[in-house]
Amino acid sequence: MNQNDEGLFLRLIRFDPPLLLGLLMVSGLGLFVLYSAGQQNLDLVWGQGMRLGLGFAIMLTLAQLPPRYFRLWSPWIYLVGILLLLAVMIVGDISKGAQRWLDLGVVRFQPSEIMKLAVPMMMGWFFAEKPLPPRWLHLLGGVLITAIPFILIAEQPDLGTALVVGSAGAFALFLAGLSWMIMLGLAVLTGGAIPLFWTFIMHDYQRQRVLTFLDPETDPLGTGYHIIQSKIAIGSGGIYGKGWLNGTQSHLDFLPEGSTDFIFAAFLEEFGLVGGCLLLTLYFFIIARALYMASRAPDTYTRLLAGSLTLIFFLYAFVNTGMVSGLLPVVGLPLPLFSYGGTSLVTIMAGFGILMSIYSHRRILTR
Amino acid sequence: MFAKPVFPESLAREKDNTAESELFFRRALVMVLAVFLGLLAVASRLVYLQVLNHERFTTLADGNRIRVQPLLPTRGFIFDRNGVLLAENLASYHLEITREQIQDLDATLEELRQRIELADADVERFRKMVRRTPGYIGVPLRFGLTDEEIARLAIDLYRFPGVEIKADLTRRYPLGSLGVHAIGYVGRIDEGEMRRIDPGQYSGSTHIGKVGAERSHEDLLRGRTGWQQVETNAEGRPLRVLSRTPPTPGQHLYLSIDIRLQAVAEKALEGYNGAIVALDPRNGEILALASQPVYDPNPFVNGIDFASYRELNTSKDKPLLNRALRGMYPPGSTIKPLMALTGLEYGVINRYNGVFCRGFYQLPGSSHRFRDWKRSGHGSVSMDRAIAQSCDVYFYDLALKLGIDRTHQFLDQFSLGRPTGIDLPGEKGGVLPSQAWKRQSYNQNWFAGDTLSAGIGQGYFLATPLQLAHSTAAIAQRGVHFQPRILHASEDPGTRVKTLAEPQPLPPIKVRDPRFWDTIITGMVHVIEGGTAHKIGIGAKYRIAGKTGTAQVFTLGQSERYNAKRLAKHLLDHALFVAFAPVEDPRIAVAVIAEHGGGGSSTAAPIARKVMDAWLLNKYDALPEPLPAPDAAPHESE
Repeated sequence: MNQNDEGLFLRLIRFDPPLLLGLLMVSGLGLFVLYSAGQQNLDLVWGQGMRLGLGFAIMLTLAQLPPRYFRLWSPWIYLVGILLLLAVMIVGDISKGAQRWLDLGVVRFQPSEIMKLAVPMMMGWFFAEKPLPPRWLHLLGGVLITAIPFILIAEQPDLGTALVVGSAGAFALFLAGLSWMIMLGLAVLTGGAIPLFWTFIMHDYQRQRVLTFLDPETDPLGTGYHIIQSKIAIGSGGIYGKGWLNGTQSHLDFLPEGSTDFIFAAFLEEFGLVGGCLLLTLYFFIIARALYMASRAPDTYTRLLAGSLTLIFFLYAFVNTGMVSGLLPVVGLPLPLFSYGGTSLVTIMAGFGILMSIYSHRRILTR
Repeated sequence: MFAKPVFPESLAREKDNTAESELFFRRALVMVLAVFLGLLAVASRLVYLQVLNHERFTTLADGNRIRVQPLLPTRGFIFDRNGVLLAENLASYHLEITREQIQDLDATLEELRQRIELADADVERFRKMVRRTPGYIGVPLRFGLTDEEIARLAIDLYRFPGVEIKADLTRRYPLGSLGVHAIGYVGRIDEGEMRRIDPGQYSGSTHIGKVGAERSHEDLLRGRTGWQQVETNAEGRPLRVLSRTPPTPGQHLYLSIDIRLQAVAEKALEGYNGAIVALDPRNGEILALASQPVYDPNPFVNGIDFASYRELNTSKDKPLLNRALRGMYPPGSTIKPLMALTGLEYGVINRYNGVFCRGFYQLPGSSHRFRDWKRSGHGSVSMDRAIAQSCDVYFYDLALKLGIDRTHQFLDQFSLGRPTGIDLPGEKGGVLPSQAWKRQSYNQNWFAGDTLSAGIGQGYFLATPLQLAHSTAAIAQRGVHFQPRILHASEDPGTRVKTLAEPQPLPPIKVRDPRFWDTIITGMVHVIEGGTAHKIGIGAKYRIAGKTGTAQVFTLGQSERYNAKRLAKHLLDHALFVAFAPVEDPRIAVAVIAEHGGGGSSTAAPIARKVMDAWLLNKYDALPEPLPAPDAAPHESE
């Protein structure tokens, strides 16, 4: 592994060819599916293409920056993110309307989106010089870093994003080498607390909501309708699918949100089990490659950051496919690189940009 | 496990990048495995759906469509405590449109307009609802179709797929306005409620409890929505039911009010704006909750027309205002027994000490005269006579000795200045003033003069009729009191099993010496026996303890004299009276407020007597005839 192995091009423009290839394949496939799922509306595809282009541009730009900058900025980005979340809380209260959005006059954006990057960065920054596996006190620090934005976002309420941010922190702790005993202990504690909470603290109607959340099919007038229709679309696709542009459920509007959160169902209807396994394999390839890149990172900061960002990507893919196929409760997370729209696309691509920066700068940083 | 340090060697540990890198690599490997398993789980799920159940889903997807239809529960009836029907459901018909089966909504509405009358407001409301409802769920357009309208529509309804005549149940209040402020009514779900309610539970629902018990016990009355999955043909007409979860009907409610007593109370108060609250001191059950004027709830159910609503809403008598819960009045002299109790508790007075009343009271170093209602003065008065004769000067003096904050602290236990927590919506808390309260509300200091006014229930002091009845009940029971409530029992409509609502005891009010209660109760008995309300004691078959009150509406100048004849009616004092009976074994506590009624003893006390007579001696008038069942809507005669 010496520097000469890599071509001049790769040294001029830093990126990771296998990862880029995987991402391009998934997003290319996504555009095809979107064309069909979006009633062959080219504007929709065009818009998504633009958004993907922007995402890739941001990814490649970030890949050029040396990781030491990210490390330098981490606490500030985190701090600004927290302040913006507080601002949303206050301003959102006044306007009584959309509490997730911050209107800056020209741009409206969700500060919670920043936290998806800021929490992994801050976790990496916090543990950078601390011996790993973390000590109790440091563990507490890590939990706090995650819990503050988690609570602020969950209050908005935006459970999907809160889940992502909370998991990002948990992933970082796991990768930092959190002892299995502690994890077991936490699992036992949580497991023990749930029945107590259920019996003594929750009201009947709250229990009902949780039950509906866990099993949407008991509420076919609400989210259950999505799941019922989604399963019909997927199941009727069979092994080989009905073929591109031939899906009936998505085209006849039976599948709600067929081009956004439930696009996976529209895809499976037309491309069948074969297409589904292909896409899942692509996701696995991207994640495995990214985790490999993370494990080659030179120091604690970059390792934790790269690892958590990768696992966030996995979380999106797993939660969405699990939800659409009725395996998991309905949480509004899009299928990354596939679902139409969503600011989360930009965040995810920025995450891959940071990952590529870390991997392609590793030799310079090591010594 | 947690007692032991998990990494004992970590105390003096340095960072070891190689070891950490290996640790990370191991963890990353674990995650790769986890990712693999997670995605494998999804893939297996796909096999389950797309291979094992492929045929089933193909059948479902192919020929026809799955529709989910809500099955609405039947709303529970409302009865009074003796089972007299207060709210029921009648069969009626409405026109419903399922958006996703309509090609051109505007054209369809126009065609329907040529057949039946459609108010612009109905269409407007319909359009709003459509925007908020999933396309596969029908939205009502017009309620209360007449037979003739149904006939006219039925002829060519086949031409309008997605337009249906649906049978439904309309809420009806057979006794009309009687008890409306306790019962409340249901109405069409409005936009604010749309945001608040659980969309799944209420899908297909059109009505919701708006005020009164209909609102506070909505969850009990409503039941749970069921649903069925149906297979439909291409036009969306149901072909067969695939699965069905029946709705759970709502509970029948038995309110604690006795509608006969309610009728007596409303009739006794007729001619005045005001309120009467009667409750059972032994369990907090509301026996009558009258607020005058009243209104008929029936027009509200399917949307009252704009003109009538405006008339109700802008009338200066405010018939829609529930004065029993939301009317805030100075309690006036009715507060005096409680002031006396407070004085005894803090030991600033005893029952024997006298105060000399010259007809007015002056603060040291001030020329301002705080007047007694009796200009000539009461002479030397002790506590008993001060209550019986309602001597203001005695209580000015007492209030000053107590100070406002001690008064506040003690009276707070009687739920004054805060809602009592009755199971009816919209209750107001009134004002039990204190220094802190005035600073917060007015950003002003508290003055001694404020204390004097508060001592006779004037000034900043405000209470609702419910609070007055509630605190009187607490006196009757010597500090044992219950949260007031309107729900007596609920009944499962299927099994007819009745569940009685449990009394909700509040923390008992303790005083240093239980005889303090006897002292003030004796004072209140002497109000009736030789005191300000002696007239209502005449001929009573049971002993009453009470207190009159007169709340100033209009502040007289220092040299003016109150002359009822010369003041316009809206400036006349409010007449108040609180009482409980029988003294030995209290079974009813009542508070009466007649706005601008003049004097508590002359106006309010006789009203209270009628209510107590009815309850204790079973003296009721005949109930009004139930309203005739409406024929959907008035027929237009040819």
